[in-house]
Amino acid sequence: MMDWLYTFIVEPLSYDFMQRALLVAILVGAVSAALSCFLVLKGWSLMGDAISHAVLPGIVLAYVVGLPIAIGAFVAGLFAAISTGYLKDNSRIKEDTAMGIVFTGMFAVGLVLFSRIETDQHLSHILFGDMLGVTWGDLIETAVIAGVTLLIVLTKRRDFLLYAFDPQHARAIGLPVKLLHYGLLALLSITIVASLKAVGIILVVAMLIAPGAIGFLLAKRFETMLVIAMSVAIASGVLGTLISYSINGATGPCIVLIQAGVFLLALLFAPGSGLLRRRAAPGTHAAGLPIAP
Amino acid sequence: MTLTANVPHESWNPVPQPSLEVEGVTVAYPNGNVALRDASFGLGAGTIAGLVGVNGSGKSTLFKAIMGFVQPIAGEVRIAGMPVREALKRNLVAYVPQAEEVDWNFPVLVEDVVMMGRQGHMGFFRIPSAKDRELVDQSLARVGMTEYRKRQIGELSGGQKKRVFLARALAQQGRIMLLDEPFTGVDVQTETAIIDLMRELRGQGHLMLVSTHNLGSVPDFCDQVVLVNRTVLAAGPTAEVFTQSNLEQAFGGVLRHFQLAGSDLHDDKEDTRRVTVLTDDERPVVFYGENGSKPASPSKPQDDK
Ligand SMILES: Nc1ncnc2c1ncn2[C@@H]1O[C@H](COP(=O)(O)OP(=O)(O)OP(=O)(O)O)[C@@H](O)[C@H]1O
Ligand SMILES: [Mg+2]
Repeated sequence: MMDWLYTFIVEPLSYDFMQRALLVAILVGAVSAALSCFLVLKGWSLMGDAISHAVLPGIVLAYVVGLPIAIGAFVAGLFAAISTGYLKDNSRIKEDTAMGIVFTGMFAVGLVLFSRIETDQHLSHILFGDMLGVTWGDLIETAVIAGVTLLIVLTKRRDFLLYAFDPQHARAIGLPVKLLHYGLLALLSITIVASLKAVGIILVVAMLIAPGAIGFLLAKRFETMLVIAMSVAIASGVLGTLISYSINGATGPCIVLIQAGVFLLALLFAPGSGLLRRRAAPGTHAAGLPIAP
Repeated sequence: MTLTANVPHESWNPVPQPSLEVEGVTVAYPNGNVALRDASFGLGAGTIAGLVGVNGSGKSTLFKAIMGFVQPIAGEVRIAGMPVREALKRNLVAYVPQAEEVDWNFPVLVEDVVMMGRQGHMGFFRIPSAKDRELVDQSLARVGMTEYRKRQIGELSGGQKKRVFLARALAQQGRIMLLDEPFTGVDVQTETAIIDLMRELRGQGHLMLVSTHNLGSVPDFCDQVVLVNRTVLAAGPTAEVFTQSNLEQAFGGVLRHFQLAGSDLHDDKEDTRRVTVLTDDERPVVFYGENGSKPASPSKPQDDK
């Protein structure tokens, strides 16, 4: 037992790169979990997907003109979010369709640029992240962005929640709905940028959806949902990083896999609404359930 | 009405007197459909105004235009003398839409929803004060939803949901309340409770604009009536506006129309008085008299004093 504990926890922590990886996993997990609660409730789960793909042309172009990569990514992400909103409001196209068109288009532009222009970035690192290659500089950048984002989201959570629940009422009582809308999108973009280095485009999407979805299944009240989402994300960040070290596998996917596992458990055992619970409860019918346990 | 109307305002009372002016408002939807054309009317403090018209006559559109949710292509709305945005910022207006378009699976409890009515009054961190909690308790009690306060919002019946949103508007304490068909889908007991409440608020100087298809209850609780059919046909005191000829004009051929006169009604065949029953809903409005022009029971604000 002690041996196992040693090789699983103590040994990895003696390496600098593992310490950084763990810290980044915690930071990225916490901030994306907080945002995921709002995304899941607002029906914006795929917004993370859209923005994270759309940052690619921004990364390449920033490299070309010599700007920090993060700035290019942030501008491109925000552009995707705003143009999605514009398309939705000014045409008959629904939001998910607009999102799909914008992000695939921008991702394609990014891929073309990427294949034509020599950069020092590896495509696979942008796509899947390189958790174990995070530097102290990266870590500080992530910490600052995650800290500020968390601070804003948590202090203003009631306004964001009201805006997500009933934007009309939010407007009626004089809340600045435009600011809340674009503020949430900007925080989302910047969080994605901060997470890219560690988990990559594809996995950041998972981290922006799964924790919120788990919280949603388990909680009846928003604050509880937020606490559950953030705890699950932080725990699976730590666990996933440690596991990836001991099995020598990719870190990001390990974290996401754990979150997916927790989601499945929540789906099956959630109090009141869990698939297995509903089956078991006397007098209730599991009629209409898509999956028989 | 007299209570607040005599108060010298502004100097020591920062809450402006409620009033609503709609001037020449024309609303067109993106598909080119002009739902309201050149609509004008004005309402003052201590008023319950009924907004009456057929389906599609533009009642909900008028509410949305007043709230600034649809931008009029012409005309202007002023609330308590201010532009709409300003009035909303000052939390003067509570609005209960005809149908709530919210996600009923949201993880909020009934009491959380009602607390949202107070949110505009809270400080930077949006932490409810003791007064906020008390108002939530009172509002829930007023609509008879106290025992459901810990329910998730989706676990209610249609009428109960409606009552919760009404409670939210009450908790907000806007001096101007816009209620779009508050009686549709609620039981008679709730309807009576809502009307009693509105009378009380009227006594405190509030201004309420209420759309309804229950023509029969309009003379009962409204002291003003606004008749619409793609524009404002007539607006003013109930006794003057809510007349048979105006209603027939507003409703065209849509109303069910019964008349009792002559020997059906009187022993004396010479008696020319007749009863006219007009109905848009299950509650008919009854006119009686020489030319059937007066509603049977016109209400005046002083009724409830
Ligand atoms: N979003 C929209 N786009 C286009 N036309 C609309 C829209 N909403 C309403 N309309 C049209 O505008 C007109 C007025 O609609 P409105 O909802 O204001 O009627 P209403 O008086 O509230 O009717 P009801 O008694 O059924 O509630 C109708 O002809 C309707 O078809
Ligand atoms: Mg309507």
